[in-house]
Amino acid sequence: MISNSLNRKIFTLLKVQYSNMLEYRVEIALWAISGIIPFFMLNIWTNNNLNESINISDIMLSRYFLCAFFVRQFSVVWVVFSFEEDSLLGRVSPYLIQPLNPFFRYFAQHIAEQITRFPFALIIAFFFFIFNPESIWIPNLSILFLSTISTFLSFLIQFLIQSIVACFCFWTEKASSIERLLFIPTLFLSGLLAPVASFPEYVKSWIYLTPFPYLIDFPANLLSGNKTNVFGGLSMQILWIVFLFLVFRKIWSAGTKKYTAMGS
Amino acid sequence: MNLRKYLKVYKNFLHTSLAAELEYKTNILIDLITAILSLIGSIFLISIFFQNNATIGGWEFEEALIIQSIYTILNGITNTWFNPNLTEIVKHIREGTLDFVLLKPIDSQFFISLKKINPSGFLEIILGFCLLLFCMRINQINLNLSFLTLFLITIICSIFILYSLWFFICTTTIWFVKTWNAIEVLRSFLYIGRFPLNSFSFSLRIFFSVFIPIAFITTIPSEVFLGVSQLWKILLEVIVATVFLITSRKFWLFALKFYSSASS
Repeated sequence: MISNSLNRKIFTLLKVQYSNMLEYRVEIALWAISGIIPFFMLNIWTNNNLNESINISDIMLSRYFLCAFFVRQFSVVWVVFSFEEDSLLGRVSPYLIQPLNPFFRYFAQHIAEQITRFPFALIIAFFFFIFNPESIWIPNLSILFLSTISTFLSFLIQFLIQSIVACFCFWTEKASSIERLLFIPTLFLSGLLAPVASFPEYVKSWIYLTPFPYLIDFPANLLSGNKTNVFGGLSMQILWIVFLFLVFRKIWSAGTKKYTAMGS
Repeated sequence: MNLRKYLKVYKNFLHTSLAAELEYKTNILIDLITAILSLIGSIFLISIFFQNNATIGGWEFEEALIIQSIYTILNGITNTWFNPNLTEIVKHIREGTLDFVLLKPIDSQFFISLKKINPSGFLEIILGFCLLLFCMRINQINLNLSFLTLFLITIICSIFILYSLWFFICTTTIWFVKTWNAIEVLRSFLYIGRFPLNSFSFSLRIFFSVFIPIAFITTIPSEVFLGVSQLWKILLEVIVATVFLITSRKFWLFALKFYSSASS
């Protein structure tokens, strides 16, 4: 009975958000295009033969960056911006009354957006293969399955981090600047611009303890068939998710107590 | 007389928007940290490229830092003026407040482009100049008047090109209403400005000099700074900047003919 109603809730949320997202197809296509930075980076890497020094062949590197592109496409999170807007305009109040944590709404929004985005990402990948026909490969099913899971886990990590930041809205009103701050290490350390394998030793020694390499580098390595520690990576992702979830629960309950409805 | 009026109006713009922005003091502090981290991040990325290579696209590390500093200055200018103002166009058009702008006895492009200011971008500009001074020392560049004027000319042209690119994209809002993500696409392309143009493959180099002249924005001023630029390149940049500026003006006036207010 309970699971039935929960199923219905999830289904309805997803359906509503998906039809909402379909309205913004062009937007989402453009957004997908804005994620092509990894391809420019690939161009720098191969055009200057930088990959020779890190023992990754041209083909493996191009697969890596393609996968990095894919992982990034399906782990983009913007919950803090939505929440900030909703909280500044006073829309959070009605959400809080509903018997559903408002973050489920945002979560469904993100999933729906990813579904809408999928075909565009495939088209971009198709063009990538036209220009780089030698890098075509078909990952086997188990790899595909595992990397889908790890991409989803990466999305969850980022979603939780941003939700925690979004909760700062209860105190400061403008939390998106904190998110912009956190985006910088995400950009440079996650492996979107350069594979973590190429980082200097003094960074590699501590980076695997932070959540950053598990956001892009780990799922992308897994999917592209570069060498990586599957078990270690997945367990670190899960550990971070559990930890962040606990933090989120705490800060959410503290924040809602602090909440003073805007515009009312 | 006209110029005096505009100067006076601009002084008032400065006053009001600074007063508004200084309301969020912690925000500014966070933005400062973001700017510093972002500079550290990009230097880190470049240092990865130069780990085992002496040159990238014919540029040494010390020379590549010049591109980095010019990028930082231009990015600071973007964050101070272009980003807060031109993204506002989208809001004006969605909410129909562009009517009020058009009714004012002042040029609408002037009003829309300079109304707001974001003081946290200043630090980025200062950071960029500090790095530039540092680069001058490590590259042993001697200042003289002709060199300085040429450098100023190219950097002003870069600012004009950058402004026109932003303004173009934001003007299309009149037809498409929501262009947030088009701005994101532009941003991701501008990201390329951090790297010397020669480090890309031939086809991308053509793309970045003909279709989106990002090449002109950072590479040419850096070459001038190093004293290796040819005169025709500087002339070309001046021409491109003039064409862009005039076209963006024409395009704005053209687009306004299609503006059909909201909710009326």
